Amino acid sequence: MNTILSIKPLLAVLASLLAVPGIILSRSPDAREGWTFAAALAKFGIVVSMIPMVLNGVRLEYTLAEVLPGLGITFRVDAFGMLFAVVASSLWIVTSAYSIGYMRGLHEHSQTRYFCFFALALSATLGVAFAGNLFTLYLFYEALSFATYPLVTHHQDREARSSGRKYLFYILGGSIAFVLPAMLVAYHSTGTLDFTPQGFMGGIESKPTLLVLLLLFVFGFAKAGIMPMHSWLPAAMVAPTPVSALLHAVAVVKVGAFCVVRIITGVFGTDLMAAFHFDTLICVIASVTILTSSLIALTQDELKRRLAFSTIGQLSYIILGVALLSQAGMTGGMLHIAMHAFGKITLFFCAGAIFVATGIKHISGMVGIGRRMPVTMGAFFLGSLSVIGLPPAGGFISKWHLVLGTVQAHQFAMLVVLLISSLLNAAYFLPVVYRAFFCTPEEAMFDNRVAEAPIWCLAPLVVTAVASVILFFYPQPFLRLAELAVQALTGGG
Amino acid sequence: MQNLSPHFPALIIIVPLIAALLISAAGWLNRRFCFPLAALGLFTSLLVSVGLLSSVLVKDVILYRLGGWPAPWGILYRIDRLNGLVLVVIFFVAFLNLIANKRTVEESFPEQLGGFYALYVLFVTGLSGMVATGDAFNLYVLLEISSLTGYALIGIGHERAPLAGLNYLFVGTIGASLYLLGIGFLYLMTGSLNMTDIGSLLPGLYNNPVVVLAFLLCMTGLFIKMALFPLHAWLPNAYSFSPAASIGVIAPLTTKVMIYVMIRITFDVFTPEFSFKMMHLGQVMVWLSVAAIIMGSLFALAQTRLKRMLTYVIIAEVGYMVGGFWLGNRMAVTGAVLHILNDAVMTLCIFLAAGAVIYQICGDDFEDFKGLFRKMPISMAAFTVAALSLIGVPPTCGFFSKWYLISGGIAAGHYGFVVALLFSSLVNAVLFFRIIEIGYFEPFPEGGHGEHHSPPAMEIREAPAGMLVCLLLAAVSLIVLGLYTGDIVTRIIDLAIPPAI
Repeated sequence: MNTILSIKPLLAVLASLLAVPGIILSRSPDAREGWTFAAALAKFGIVVSMIPMVLNGVRLEYTLAEVLPGLGITFRVDAFGMLFAVVASSLWIVTSAYSIGYMRGLHEHSQTRYFCFFALALSATLGVAFAGNLFTLYLFYEALSFATYPLVTHHQDREARSSGRKYLFYILGGSIAFVLPAMLVAYHSTGTLDFTPQGFMGGIESKPTLLVLLLLFVFGFAKAGIMPMHSWLPAAMVAPTPVSALLHAVAVVKVGAFCVVRIITGVFGTDLMAAFHFDTLICVIASVTILTSSLIALTQDELKRRLAFSTIGQLSYIILGVALLSQAGMTGGMLHIAMHAFGKITLFFCAGAIFVATGIKHISGMVGIGRRMPVTMGAFFLGSLSVIGLPPAGGFISKWHLVLGTVQAHQFAMLVVLLISSLLNAAYFLPVVYRAFFCTPEEAMFDNRVAEAPIWCLAPLVVTAVASVILFFYPQPFLRLAELAVQALTGGG
Repeated sequence: MQNLSPHFPALIIIVPLIAALLISAAGWLNRRFCFPLAALGLFTSLLVSVGLLSSVLVKDVILYRLGGWPAPWGILYRIDRLNGLVLVVIFFVAFLNLIANKRTVEESFPEQLGGFYALYVLFVTGLSGMVATGDAFNLYVLLEISSLTGYALIGIGHERAPLAGLNYLFVGTIGASLYLLGIGFLYLMTGSLNMTDIGSLLPGLYNNPVVVLAFLLCMTGLFIKMALFPLHAWLPNAYSFSPAASIGVIAPLTTKVMIYVMIRITFDVFTPEFSFKMMHLGQVMVWLSVAAIIMGSLFALAQTRLKRMLTYVIIAEVGYMVGGFWLGNRMAVTGAVLHILNDAVMTLCIFLAAGAVIYQICGDDFEDFKGLFRKMPISMAAFTVAALSLIGVPPTCGFFSKWYLISGGIAAGHYGFVVALLFSSLVNAVLFFRIIEIGYFEPFPEGGHGEHHSPPAMEIREAPAGMLVCLLLAAVSLIVLGLYTGDIVTRIIDLAIPPAI
């Protein structure tokens, strides 16, 4: 594998940062959204332009500044980072369109601030995706926490404030109290923080030390929502729906999962994980989260909260898959970042569209809504299929690989966990769809005055729903990247 | 300039000294000239200090004999990388704060402009002299200059400020006297006052109880002056009642310069070998700093006014540097020296932000921060940057000094110190986000929980432009310093620390 120096990763990170002055200084809302779109397209373009090189096995690298001896703010684009970057930057375009529909549809206040911090959050997300060492990862992880705080608390009321507190408590508390000391100990003992396919913790002999470090990392990256570090996520659902959609189904939470995967693959390395049997431990932690969160999701009546608990479970799929350490399992885990993103963002978009059109947040109040909003609920159905993991939706592909991975790794208990979880997923999603379409005219809660949400809301959710179906038939771009990433890790190919 | 450059070490004292005299003269003749003279004096000194730093980067050490008297009889000024760096920080902070507070000084002391500015510049002269001098007794003289002017700068304020200043004077005088006593003992033993000279004469006498006593006296005196817990009691009152223009220079610089002096005395007058190994003080000092960090943080949590809260944050920060220094390994000492620089700029930034807010809304109770992100978005943005730096979030500079300090703690196996630093980071997050929350959320929109209610509209009432520019400059330098940590450490600090560590 050869590495070339390229400024492109930096440009991809900066694209949305540079749009911030434009967003702030724009005279009219249209000009402001123009900046957002320009930045989103530019970002996506830069990311896509790097794909061919990554597919050819070239790594792009750029060091912005060497802030500590031997440790710089370094970007390094590999297949796994690329996969995440494509997901985040492509969905930002869709979400920007949706944001316009949602924020204007509800006449929200402070839209400039909203778009400004959204752009900042995307910069930080790509920074995480392209981070070449743990320090850079930490830097952008923290930046993301602060960039999303004003988004989560957008409504600036009491509820937003208490959610914001919870958000910072878990995310910042985790990163300062757990990740920071673990990172410093790692640096002190090994003298490096650069991600390598074999990991760099080999120098530490003692198993207890390694175990403590691993747990500090896994729980410290609280954005991954591993129980018991998850409860910020349902609370953060007070945010406007586009924020929940992109940040809490895609960017923020996936950054958490991404970080944990990096810890497993780039810091500890698969050999070390297997040698000390840490893989089983992480699998168990992940499966507890998967089952518990799915059970909690069943009990939630507020649609966005149900989606939030579903997200917590699905994030642990990613971690479980990678912790299986088998070829198919790791591929499935990484692929799930992409597949789940498209499915879940559709579901959030639908929840937001229903809210814009009717003002309803609770599932019990959505009986018969499918008749008035067939497109939205149709998309919701496709999104649920993807999250449950049924054909013809992209989620099936990743779940297939995950299931295959458990068999390869001879972890049959995990196989059972995955299957039970799929059943639970179906149990908490399908009734929503069923009640929306099938009910007697007397039961229906909506009359003729209710119609679909504005086109700016509707078009994005159709796009993502269709995309998750397309990904079933044509998963190659993401599948190829995931396979490449796994190849690099296992040394095969 | 070229022919003056050999005299830079002297100019750094003489320029502000003359400026101070001219300012007091201008105070009698025409008060309009006071501010320009002060600004000019400090700006020239800033340029000189930058010149000095850039030449010590090449030459390692610059020695300057005042009046041409040879050392050890005459007074020697000795500039190396360590104090070259500290000098730049001193003048940078003093100059920025002077410009930012032009308006507040004019409004608070219209009749005493000459007096105030003369005291201000003299105070800075004292500090820079303490840093530049290579003579232990000269250091005491300059310490008194800066202390006496410091008492006056605090006491000039209103309400309880005179009493707080008086209290500070009593305690500060005890501290300075202890230092003087220590130097007296050293003079008794060696017959010299030149730091390097004493340093070369002492090693044979290390087992002498008088030398040990002298060391302890000097240190105790300095600990009082730097407000190391439990000798901190004078600081909160003195700082929180003083006028904005005074606190903006006193808070960032006094404690930091004292820490510099501590480092200078332990390294040059004594040796690291003696201070760290023979005195068996390391453990005690680090645990004392742990107490300082934790108690400072806890006291800060109990406050409901911004300035008073910040005074306790300063006490905790003193613990960072003292603890890092006495850990005695290279990482930790680097962290301590780096933190002198970073903490000075952070404290400047946070006090400038506080000053801007207090100037506009005439109060620093947390409740006064309601809706402030709408009223003063730029000031609050700078406030947030300073807060992030104090919490220790990358890429602000506060993160990097914390990085070195914690690494040092890990390297020394001193986990108490590591835990204290992390604890203080978390407490700082609580402290500052409590204020940011009030500024961002309150007053709550009418009608509570609805999705469509926006907070009440407020017009923007930003601080005056001069204040804002300085504030933004300070905030930006926090990030720039952070990004250049690598250069600062490898090119300056690493070479400034004795290789024996």
